Amino acid sequence: MPSNLLETHGLAAFYGDFQALFGIDFRIEPDETVAIIGSNGSGKSTFLKSITGLVRAESKAIYFNGKAIGGDPAYRIVAQGIAMVPEGRRLFSSLSVEENLSIGAYSKRQGPWSLEKVYTIFPMLKEKRKFAAMALSGGQQQMVSIGRALMANPKLLLCDEISLGLAPVIIKELYAQLGRITTNGTTLVIVEQDIRQAMAVSDRVYCLREGRVALEGRPSSLSRDQITKAYFGV
Amino acid sequence: MDLVSTVLDGILLGGLYALFAAGLSLIFGVMRLVNIAHGDLIVLSAFVALVIVGGLNLHPLVALVLVVPLMALLGYGLQRLVFNRALGYDILPPLLVSFGLSVFLQNSLLQIFSGDSRRLHAGNLETWHFDLPGGIAVGVLPCLMFAVAVAVITGLQLLLYHTELGRAFRCVSDDQETAQLMGINNAHLFGLAMALSLSIVSVAGVFLGIRANFDPSIGPTRLIFAFEAIIIGGLGDLWGTLVGGVILGVAQTLGARINPGYQILAGHIAFLAILTLRPQGFFPKTR
Repeated sequence: MPSNLLETHGLAAFYGDFQALFGIDFRIEPDETVAIIGSNGSGKSTFLKSITGLVRAESKAIYFNGKAIGGDPAYRIVAQGIAMVPEGRRLFSSLSVEENLSIGAYSKRQGPWSLEKVYTIFPMLKEKRKFAAMALSGGQQQMVSIGRALMANPKLLLCDEISLGLAPVIIKELYAQLGRITTNGTTLVIVEQDIRQAMAVSDRVYCLREGRVALEGRPSSLSRDQITKAYFGV
Repeated sequence: MDLVSTVLDGILLGGLYALFAAGLSLIFGVMRLVNIAHGDLIVLSAFVALVIVGGLNLHPLVALVLVVPLMALLGYGLQRLVFNRALGYDILPPLLVSFGLSVFLQNSLLQIFSGDSRRLHAGNLETWHFDLPGGIAVGVLPCLMFAVAVAVITGLQLLLYHTELGRAFRCVSDDQETAQLMGINNAHLFGLAMALSLSIVSVAGVFLGIRANFDPSIGPTRLIFAFEAIIIGGLGDLWGTLVGGVILGVAQTLGARINPGYQILAGHIAFLAILTLRPQGFFPKTR
């Protein structure tokens, strides 16, 4: 059993001729929560998309559970145990709340999560399970998106900006639930714009700038100056 | 009473048009592909049935047992090997590919079967009818076509809204990128959708061949009927497509009653009138 659940080595990513990531070295251990911060366009979302297979990567650039998964198609990577809560929630608009959750289990990975279990952590969704997904409030939609990812029974859960556009009280609740999820044996990577939030919930932080790792460390060991410098590059 | 009979004929003819349209609508819904070759694929399945009927001496409806799986297989292969390579953010390349396929199919059929009119002979089924009060005779074949259309649409609805495969079709239709994150292999799913579409096409093709003469050149007109049925009914609603087919069918039979030469024209005029008055169709579902 390798000590790291996920590792990337010199991960590069391109959109056509445009290079978005320049050699990212990243690692996360089982049960760790790692936050990725950085300004708009620093490559955070691209990094997550590379891991999930939505953006192409070199085979040996990404190791999951000791196995090279770079370049595998996205639908196979989910089946191996990496699920993502995409930026902007991306619910399926013609599906009901419950159908959105159910489709999360499409890859048929075995594990602790079921509709009932998701309804236990987000009781509000049970009441609204017959509703069209788009009829829900932003916070509720985010719960559906998180629940949908959990239905895949991931070992590693990637959350892309789950606090975006939500009220502080909702954000607090979502993060409280994420805390409970990690106790179920799910390892967590969160991408956050809100640095304070990221620092509060994570064991380690990576700061990306212009497609490179500008800073890495435990929140307690990083000074405000270091972070500001890494974030803005000044 | 003559008028009632004409309208009834038109309604039942609408079933055939709904069969033409259902597969086209499914493909557009799942992958935003406007399949210009759809009509030619209908004609192709009529010819496939012709070969099987001739070779094995089967009744055309029995031949469906072979035609449907053959066309489904062709559909899956066509999608994986041809259409999937053209699909992307731009909707133009797949449109052009399907146009090319249309030309290819028409000319291949012409080469192999010549331009002669053909017919699938269904024996008594062609003439069987029953009498309604008031001296109205209703053919069994048109009734069968209509019933099959209703059955196909019911089946498609059940598939789309009550099975896991249908849910996956709707996901891919909503958001192809996120669908992959759910573990859905879009390329395979598109293949299944095309296989399903061509299964329906083969049923439509066999009925087409029993009902009237066909030759390699009539595909594009069937495509237009299918388009018209979909647009009249409203994009994305299969029952609407049936209604659209019925309106088109009734317009055609009424037109033909005035003058046999007006049949096709009357259908187009009805279509254009509805397009002008209600461009979104009767039961629009798309956002």
